[in-house]
Amino acid sequence: LAVDVTAVPAGPRTRRARLRLSAALWRRPWLKALGLLSPPLAAFLLVYIGALVVLFISSFWTVDSFTGKLVHHWTLSNFRQILDTGQPYLRIAGRTIGIAAAVTVTDAILAFPLGYFMARVAGGRVRALLFVMVLLPLWASYLVRIYAWRTILAHDGAINWALNGLGLPDQNIAYTNWAMWIVFSYVWLPFMVLPVYAALERIPDSYIEASADMGARGFRTFRSVILPLALPGVIAGSIFTFSLTLGDYITPLLVGGPSSSFIGNVVYGFIGINANIPFAAAFAVIPVVIMGIYLTTARRLGAFEAL
Amino acid sequence: VTGRPRTRIGLALWAILVIAFLWVPLVIIALYAFNSSTIQSWPIPGWTFHWFSVTWHNQEARSAFALSVKVGAVTTAIALVLGSMAAFAIARFRFFGRESVSFLLLLPIALPGIITGMALNSFYVFAGLSLSWWTIVIGHATFCVVVVYNNVLARLRRTSGSLLEASMDLGADGWQTFRFVTWPVLSTALVAGGLLAFALSFDEVIVTTFTAGAQATLPIFILDNLHQGQQLPVINVVAFVVIVLTVIPVVLAQRLMRDTGILRRGAAAAIIAK
Repeated sequence: LAVDVTAVPAGPRTRRARLRLSAALWRRPWLKALGLLSPPLAAFLLVYIGALVVLFISSFWTVDSFTGKLVHHWTLSNFRQILDTGQPYLRIAGRTIGIAAAVTVTDAILAFPLGYFMARVAGGRVRALLFVMVLLPLWASYLVRIYAWRTILAHDGAINWALNGLGLPDQNIAYTNWAMWIVFSYVWLPFMVLPVYAALERIPDSYIEASADMGARGFRTFRSVILPLALPGVIAGSIFTFSLTLGDYITPLLVGGPSSSFIGNVVYGFIGINANIPFAAAFAVIPVVIMGIYLTTARRLGAFEAL
Repeated sequence: VTGRPRTRIGLALWAILVIAFLWVPLVIIALYAFNSSTIQSWPIPGWTFHWFSVTWHNQEARSAFALSVKVGAVTTAIALVLGSMAAFAIARFRFFGRESVSFLLLLPIALPGIITGMALNSFYVFAGLSLSWWTIVIGHATFCVVVVYNNVLARLRRTSGSLLEASMDLGADGWQTFRFVTWPVLSTALVAGGLLAFALSFDEVIVTTFTAGAQATLPIFILDNLHQGQQLPVINVVAFVVIVLTVIPVVLAQRLMRDTGILRRGAAAAIIAK
């Protein structure tokens, strides 16, 4: 431990004052806690929570269509407009939620065997290597990864080249919902692999041996022992894949087709030039409510301990 | 080691395929930086370093890069101060509402990016703040604090509080205890948290599009050009550089935290970071 004794000179008055101050703080821990916690919390409450509250409140306001000014008059008209089946908004919300669900399922299927291999089959060195190989793409710029797929899926890109090499015809995947499904699954996959791996690693070997001792074959052990114990990991991963897809608008913008707007695209469209912040806020409430329900359910299922 | 040989081989094959799925697109896009043609076709017709010098002299790309570094550095500084203060308070003291602090700090990352961006945007409008590079920094700091907070908190939880008491018993004042006991214990966690916060800020798009005015960070520069299909050879080089530059801090951060096993513990630090 690095306590440098020579750096503790005895004597001068300022030092005595400092010692008294330290002792006083030591006797009153609440004072220290208050001092430490108030700057970050004040900043947070003021900027972020304040902003969320303003956002939520403004969803009950409207914009004067003539002057473009906010009308501070309480109304549910924004929500009524979203729920109106004559408008495109319900369809957009449905598409967003549907693709988020599809991406979550795809990532769970891709991640589970990989996580299982990392946690229970691979040796220490291979495991460490795989861990870094999964973690690094997560950090290699989100935009660049979307761009990579846009290039690969393009008409004269690598996918069609590979298909032609196999004697198959060209596919026009770029700028469709399929492209969004592939890109989202790709971009968020590491978020699923890591918690699934962590959950699988934590299962004691003795549980699996006990299951075998009681006569369970491989598949039965998997279904009755491994899967239930790994489920919180899968749910923890799904929080990320689902929430991140739900709140995205860059992927639809860059690889989606002409009719593949997400909730985020609509929200973004109503900010800026033809601003209708109350409507955007009302539409943004949908993912918040969905995530609120999702997180509460996930917490019940023990996913937070798996993080 | 569990499972029959056939199962194990199947799992290994699956692992290789998924890792290839993760890496092949990155390798392909990195190769395009050396594409001699301005058309993005595959296979790449010829090779050149030409676009690197074009990008180097591109004024827009340079100023976007400079802004991203500036925003990242200031954000990281703010996140380090606020994040470690909060971590200290939570690790060392018990008080009412302690659990909700963690939850509160996690919110900007748990909620979809459009919510954070939209909320901050309407807050700026409401408060009459015009968008500038400071509004980008405020936006980035809200979600970077939690990265530092998690790293520092994890380290503090592993450090016994009796070390501090021992230091005080030996006659050290608060500053000396911090300088000679707390700091050596914390420094790698702070560096790792800072690197992750920087990487996070450097890469952020969604919140930035809501909080930036006329200023373009590097991701905004990339997004604008991709959206309009302009200057793709330059974007290829920028993509190459960004891949290399964001990977370095993460590898460093992981090395710093590896001995403590913090990144391995469910990768919580890194995961929650994103």
